Amino acid sequence: MSILLSVRGVTKQFGGLQALTRVTFDLPEGQILGLIGPNGAGKTTLFNVINGVYTPEEGRIIFRGEDITGRKPYEVAHRGLARTHQIVRPLNQLTVRENVMVGACFGRENHPLHRAAEIADEILELVGLKERAEQLAGSLNVAQKKRLEMARALAAHPYLLLLDEVLAGLNPSEVEGMLNTIRAIRDRGITIIMIEHLMHAIMNVSERIIVLDYGEQIAEGTPQEISNNPRVIEAYLGDPNLAKRLLEEVS
Amino acid sequence: MKKWLHPGLWLTLAILLVISIWPILTRDAALRERTFTILLAIVMASSLNIILGYTGYVSFGHVVFYGLGGYMGVYAIDKWGWPLPAGVLLGGLTAGLLAFLLGRAILRLRGAYFALVTIGINEAMRTFVSNFQPFGASTGIELHFSVYKPYGGAAEALWLTYYLVVALSLINILLSYWVRQSKLGLGLMAIREDEDAAEVMGVVAPQYKTLAYVLSAILPGMLGVLFFFKNGTVEPKDAFRLHFSIEAIVMVMLGGQGTVLGPLVGAWGYQRLRGLLLTTNWKIAGLAIKDFQLVIAGILLLLIVLFVPAGLVGWLQQKFSKLRRVLI
Amino acid sequence: MSLNTLLSSIIDGLLIGSVYGIAAMGLTLIWGVMHVINLSHGPVMALGMFGVYLLFTGLGLNPYLALLLVALLGLLLGILIYFIAIQRVIDAPHLSTLLATFSVNMIIIGLGTSIFSTSPRDTGFTLGRIVIGGITIQNTRLVAAVITLLVTGGLYLFLYRTRPGKYVRAVANNRAAAELMGIFSSRVLALSFGIGTMLASIAGGLIATFFSFTILSGSTYELKSFIIGVLGGLGNPLGALLGGVILGLMEGIFPLFMTNTWVPVIEFVFFVLILLIRPSGLLGGKS
Repeated sequence: MSILLSVRGVTKQFGGLQALTRVTFDLPEGQILGLIGPNGAGKTTLFNVINGVYTPEEGRIIFRGEDITGRKPYEVAHRGLARTHQIVRPLNQLTVRENVMVGACFGRENHPLHRAAEIADEILELVGLKERAEQLAGSLNVAQKKRLEMARALAAHPYLLLLDEVLAGLNPSEVEGMLNTIRAIRDRGITIIMIEHLMHAIMNVSERIIVLDYGEQIAEGTPQEISNNPRVIEAYLGDPNLAKRLLEEVS
Repeated sequence: MKKWLHPGLWLTLAILLVISIWPILTRDAALRERTFTILLAIVMASSLNIILGYTGYVSFGHVVFYGLGGYMGVYAIDKWGWPLPAGVLLGGLTAGLLAFLLGRAILRLRGAYFALVTIGINEAMRTFVSNFQPFGASTGIELHFSVYKPYGGAAEALWLTYYLVVALSLINILLSYWVRQSKLGLGLMAIREDEDAAEVMGVVAPQYKTLAYVLSAILPGMLGVLFFFKNGTVEPKDAFRLHFSIEAIVMVMLGGQGTVLGPLVGAWGYQRLRGLLLTTNWKIAGLAIKDFQLVIAGILLLLIVLFVPAGLVGWLQQKFSKLRRVLI
Repeated sequence: MSLNTLLSSIIDGLLIGSVYGIAAMGLTLIWGVMHVINLSHGPVMALGMFGVYLLFTGLGLNPYLALLLVALLGLLLGILIYFIAIQRVIDAPHLSTLLATFSVNMIIIGLGTSIFSTSPRDTGFTLGRIVIGGITIQNTRLVAAVITLLVTGGLYLFLYRTRPGKYVRAVANNRAAAELMGIFSSRVLALSFGIGTMLASIAGGLIATFFSFTILSGSTYELKSFIIGVLGGLGNPLGALLGGVILGLMEGIFPLFMTNTWVPVIEFVFFVLILLIRPSGLLGGKS
């Protein structure tokens, strides 16, 4: 199993604010990696650095053996990396199908329109939006928009998919459905990094988890290891004694 | 091939045909002049739609292409003795070149900043040409009567310019349709809806925007040459009239931005309304409606912006979704 | 050309420039608070010119007193324009507010042309001049500059020392947050727009004490206001004042060294370059 993505010593500053400090990890192909941490920990910032929206002050991003640090977002997309956004960004005045076609047309595979339409219909079937293909994207509800966001990313047939809080705002049965979709995506051979706040969901679906706090990597390991890590619990709750008590309660 | 059979395209072409054919059938010179004005407006609106309606970049300086292209073409015809079609092509090329050179730089700006810079460019061009001796500075260029000789005199030349402007409108509509139905169009509309998200999906925004800008510039460039050839003179204040740009925006909004049919309908409607207001003899409170033309146009624009921003075609599309197959 | 001519031109330019600065301040304030470019700015300035002209030539009222009335009317007009044309589209894409304010422009110019025609007016107002060490200064310019300083001071007092002013700054900073704290943002926005048009009409009124004008003159000054606003940083009132002074200086000096028809070319090219290279302006504004 080869290393698909290598993040090496990435540091990102905004003026005086240190958003990321020397974040480093390797991502093997076919893995689902969870990325968690309290609000403001720098998770979305890390995604933005990986896909080219921000350029890091220090560090390298190596994707499939190529250094893509500082490349423009569209260049990164052409190399087979797709992402969803925390706050969904549908192309409102275009139909659901057209939205997904954009992903297929301009992503890695650069399809012509008619082929993109076919791919779009396949993907819409996969995420369960097929009946809404002709609807304007702006008219969907939040859960549907999230699935659309994912469909757009999938239509590009990426090697790596970055999912930013795809479960936020979903009810339990929608969460279950989405998790199944994510596993199905992984089974198709796509590697995934997921940012999530819903603890039980991400613990359930990830093989490995990285924890960020104030831009620093404070832990890395299996879901089991992470959930017992006092530093991680302290980061979320802020009080080490409370963390200790909760751990004792759980065990 | 199949996409050229779209009913929406044929509807639009049919409407264009009906508008343009009457003067030719009746050989009525006065009707031809009125229709020329309408076709002029259609080309300005439809070309602007490519950068405004499809790409979402509000250009307030669209007239600069009309003016610069017009000057360049007229100059070639008058000073170098070029035939009209060659001058027209030169006008289009010059305008396209300007768009290409400027585009990369100014399309980095968005929203109101982009609008302001397009105004700045038009004004800079206007004031520059007013000082530029080869173009006649502030007096402009007056075409020698001899340029009409090859066409059998002025009267015949006017018919030739009419046929050419009909051809231009046709090309414009076909171009607008082609852009909209193509991958380029999809990319442009993605940029319009959310440029950053579009880039994340792989749309090379700088390239696409510049292409749209260049495409939107070529036709007005050619159009300017036709108008000023017909007019016999060209002056800076007529060539670079900021107001003309703004009227183009109003026409696009009125008919429905981002559609193929919209700018055509909007341009036709606006010109007809204008013609009506100019020739009516009604009065309100002792003031002739003639003088109120600008006030009425302003009120109309405000009503559209406040209540029907999608324009006529857009509104129809929203109200009657069945019509979406036919109204594009 | 003598040193005295040069200095006189410089000072004249600076003083007139400060009036341009007031106009630009109105434009930039509106942008800063609500991200709207007021395309009716020019016609409002023209109304200010006519206001002072009519009150002075018609009623014999001292122009500077007339200015007070014109300012008040400018404020009220702005509030009216906000509620009628802008409120509904304040959150729509920029094109909507640009066209909404432009439609107001068309309405004002249309009405103005019908009522006043396009023939030039001149108040013929003068206060004479003073000569200091060989340099000539028109007194109307001096008074105008003093008024400019008073108005700027007044604006800052308002923004930083009064409650409504604080609301304006709050809404400019973050409208959603301000609403959550109980501020009626639409009233604040209307007030801000009114202050913007008030500044425009004051500037117009002052210009009427220097130059002749027509109903269409507003558009020239509106373009100047854009240039100045961008130069000083859109959203930065002090930057607008500085930008105005700089532009006035340019307009005072350049005609001495070149045919004055080239001056606008330089101004517009300068404008385009600033937008491309440093859109936040010399002093940095709110983009």
